[in-house]
Amino acid sequence: MSETISRRDFIKVTTSIVGGFIGVAIGVPAVYYLIDPALREGAKEAWIPIGKLENMEIGKPYAFSFTRVQVNGWERTSTSHGGFVIRNSDDPNDLFILNSRCTHLSCTVNWSENDQVYLCPCHDAKFGQQGEVLDGPPPRPLDRYNQFRITEDGTLEIFYQEG
Amino acid sequence: MWKNVFDWLDERLGLNDLYTNLLDRPEPKGNWWNTLGSASLFLFVLQGLTGIFLTVYYTPSPDHAYDSIQYIMNDVAFGWLIRGIHHWGASLMVLIVFIHMLRVFVTASYKYPREMTWFIGIGLLLTTIGMGFTGYLLPWNQRAYWATTVGTQIAGTVPFIGEFILKALRGGPDLSALTLQRFFSAHIWMIPAILTALIGVHLYLIIKHGESHFPKKDE
Repeated sequence: MSETISRRDFIKVTTSIVGGFIGVAIGVPAVYYLIDPALREGAKEAWIPIGKLENMEIGKPYAFSFTRVQVNGWERTSTSHGGFVIRNSDDPNDLFILNSRCTHLSCTVNWSENDQVYLCPCHDAKFGQQGEVLDGPPPRPLDRYNQFRITEDGTLEIFYQEG
Repeated sequence: MWKNVFDWLDERLGLNDLYTNLLDRPEPKGNWWNTLGSASLFLFVLQGLTGIFLTVYYTPSPDHAYDSIQYIMNDVAFGWLIRGIHHWGASLMVLIVFIHMLRVFVTASYKYPREMTWFIGIGLLLTTIGMGFTGYLLPWNQRAYWATTVGTQIAGTVPFIGEFILKALRGGPDLSALTLQRFFSAHIWMIPAILTALIGVHLYLIIKHGESHFPKKDE
């Protein structure tokens, strides 16, 4: 390897090397910059505490609500969710949780103590204690939060999944 | 195999001619000061590329401009790098273009037959400064806002048509969403289009006339 390298070739080689280095040093970060949002994991699910079990009367719907904030870049959107906990007996796990979103057009239903039904304010739909459709346009019973757990200090938490 | 492909392409595209005329053309004996034009061109390309990447996240609206830049700087992977290069590259480009002009002046390279190259160079300096002026508003922070307020006011001191110029620059009597939007438009479309065209002619003229050499004593 005692060949002499011409001034011209030396310039070509060093230019290529330095140019290649600059290209990679900027090109690779640029690719990451572009695909960054695709590499993120959104908080699509979470355990949400909704209240102390001791505050929930047996047989009477316990209303709760919570807000989820979705952050997309510099934009924040918050959505409200809610529902009712109905305890059947003293057994802490003997309960079910209804989603208060009407299955018709997603209005929020309210518990009517007088009529013992869930009333939807939008189209007068009625749901029974178990969430079954009694009257009105809804195509199916109220949705339920099926996954829940009770923490050591007696707080009821539900598992929320987006969508 | 590759030679055949290359020869086929070369016959139709004239790649070797291109290479000879663009990169292998004879140069007079020069020094590092003669590289400033190439440096300006490199910076222009760099600014163009990083600028294109910035538009992926930047939003030219008063509601989101500042937040979107905060997002680029703090949350996007390498956002700080892309914007950092664009930010510092901008200052460097104005500086390099100006020193380039100074070199051409000092070595008297603007003389016959290169007068048009010089005039177009003046256009290039002005458009480069225009890029700096319009780009300065885009972060939409206090410094950007007040710098543009003052800058447009200065333009407004022109006799007779000053108020018209001020309104035309701001898109109204006040600095507003319209100002931000039109500065953005000027920054990424209008001025770059002019700049690109001028660079094209500038380079054509350099290749046509070759680079100027320092005069010898008997010349």
